[in-house]
Amino acid sequence: MKVVYADNNATTKVAPEVLEEMLPFFSNYYGNPSSMHLFGGQVAKNIDNARQKVAALIGAEPEEIVFTSCGTESDNTAILGILRANPRKKHIVISRVEHPAVYNLCTYLAQNGYHVTELGVDKNGMLNPDELSDAVREDTAVVSIMYANNETGVIFPIEKIAGIVKQKGSVLHTDAVQAVGKIPLNLSQSSIDLLTISGHKLHAPKGVGALYIRKGTSISPFIIGGHQEKNRRGGTENVPSIIGLGKACELAKKCMGEEQTRVKQLRDRLEREIVEKAPDAIINGYKSPRLPNTTNISFEFVEGEAILLLLNEKGICASSGSACTSGSLEPSHVLRAMGVPFTAVHGSVRLSLCRYNTSEDVDYIVEHLPPIVRRLRQISPYNRDSKFQGQVSASHHC
Amino acid sequence: MWDYSEKVKDHFLNPRNVGDIESPDAVGEVGSLACGDALKLMMKINNRGVISEVKFKTFGCGSAIASASALTEMVRGKTIEEAAKITDNDIAEYLDGLPEQKMHCSVMGREALEAAIANYRGIKLEKPVDEGTIVCKCFGVTDNKIAHEVREHKLTTIEQVTNYCKAGGGCQSCHPQIQAIIDEVWHKEKEKAMIEKTQKSARKLTNIQKMKLVQETIERDIRPALLVDGGDIELIDIDGDRVMVSFRGSCSACPSSGVTLKSTVEAKLREFVTDTLIVEEVTS
Repeated sequence: MKVVYADNNATTKVAPEVLEEMLPFFSNYYGNPSSMHLFGGQVAKNIDNARQKVAALIGAEPEEIVFTSCGTESDNTAILGILRANPRKKHIVISRVEHPAVYNLCTYLAQNGYHVTELGVDKNGMLNPDELSDAVREDTAVVSIMYANNETGVIFPIEKIAGIVKQKGSVLHTDAVQAVGKIPLNLSQSSIDLLTISGHKLHAPKGVGALYIRKGTSISPFIIGGHQEKNRRGGTENVPSIIGLGKACELAKKCMGEEQTRVKQLRDRLEREIVEKAPDAIINGYKSPRLPNTTNISFEFVEGEAILLLLNEKGICASSGSACTSGSLEPSHVLRAMGVPFTAVHGSVRLSLCRYNTSEDVDYIVEHLPPIVRRLRQISPYNRDSKFQGQVSASHHC
Repeated sequence: MWDYSEKVKDHFLNPRNVGDIESPDAVGEVGSLACGDALKLMMKINNRGVISEVKFKTFGCGSAIASASALTEMVRGKTIEEAAKITDNDIAEYLDGLPEQKMHCSVMGREALEAAIANYRGIKLEKPVDEGTIVCKCFGVTDNKIAHEVREHKLTTIEQVTNYCKAGGGCQSCHPQIQAIIDEVWHKEKEKAMIEKTQKSARKLTNIQKMKLVQETIERDIRPALLVDGGDIELIDIDGDRVMVSFRGSCSACPSSGVTLKSTVEAKLREFVTDTLIVEEVTS
């Protein structure tokens, strides 16, 4: 069956060049980079080479890059590592739209003796830097605000935030797994202290990530063990995947222009033509700066899981912030934080492209998605003329 | 990705009886846009009380659409009295099962049917489940409704309650109250059974009465405890005073299931049915 993959914020395909670069490290070069012999030592050289490529993509020094097993591990390392290094500070600031890797960790910390301040967003998904300024206190150990939102693609003014946090004397961590490789970053010109990277979001394999730790940041290790990664992360390195991540970052740097132009044009045409053909739709975060590859569209009066199942029948891969897709009963915390109207909050679909998507892919989605929405609207008891659309109230039963 | 049965997929991709009926004899509407699912059920009922035509419209996920479609197929041609007997479990069974987290879709079907029948009979639907105090503010679910679902489906955990009626699925602040309702329901059921037991102990049980009592006791006092640990039990046969059961789930591999058999299963059955019972495990 034909497959059109438009779920690149969930995961991406491993680039063929990346796979090719990785393969020898499964077979010929299987040495342990910590070994004294040359057979292992040559592997260590290749890891350093990968470290340089990762650093080059984000404008960092190679020593500022620590390899981890995934984005979630990087987030946990950053937040828990800073808290352990500053045991007297018990306050954390995050946004209400963080990824679960940060959000649920901080919920756990809030139940275990820490105070967590959550910053809201406006209807465009944007955070108010003044509110942040008020939230940071003397005992704020760490501020963790994502670079770009995974669901809507909305980009936060992270440099401005970093400036405020620095001025207030706290530490800024940013989960940048959706931003790295899609928009240019230069950490040498920034005051971000810690930044999370995930391999599988930028055409490296799953199971590898990295954490940028600015030189001079005092942080305790999360995984305690051997002396690997300069005592910052114990455990024998996942060599092939680290090599893959290095190659993926090299390719991303080369393709950055394409993300900003061709991919962005595809995304712009995709959302424009869908909304033209399927009216009563809202592009979530449209008025904010967004990643070039992401669109999140809420279709009124229909439900997201039903749309995804019908898209699936056509071989189109997408995501939804609908409650039913996750097994929870509440729709996406991001869309709720933005106050998306109740007529539309259950009907969201996220389409996220990458450099492997073609103009034909966009044509195919534009051909099939609007009829699916129309079909579900024919089944739906609601439309824009419905008299009663049922607000939830204390007297109303779901 | 949900593990939907072929029948759920079929009813979702090819829903039966979608649409409106002009001047219907019965209309049942439940849910809302804000809730994330809603169902409008419309029926024509002939002078013999038979449902001659039925249509629906649904806003909701794949299993909500499939449950509504299945419901229309189930009620068409039935009398109102027959249709009134359809339960949410019947809808789920018709679809060869629903994922646990989607059971509330079949509940929505049953509720729409109840509302439609009440509408036809010209009575305002005021079941005890609709009264009471709101426990789950996120989804507007009352204590009576939760207690009803707990009894109806023999629910023992908060998660199950959420799956069946959504209560507790939002901010979770009502979880302690839901747990208290679960505890209360099972405590009351136990008391009721104790009274029945003392009343019945004077009588000699017929075989049918004995079977019924054994089944009831297993459902009420034995299964919930085993389910908590991922186990289960099935009644295989009853022969005089010999009760043959088989363990399922984690119990079947559990080294202490022999102890459970005597200390829990046999003790409970002797307590609530008759002192002379002997419980044996059989493999099937």
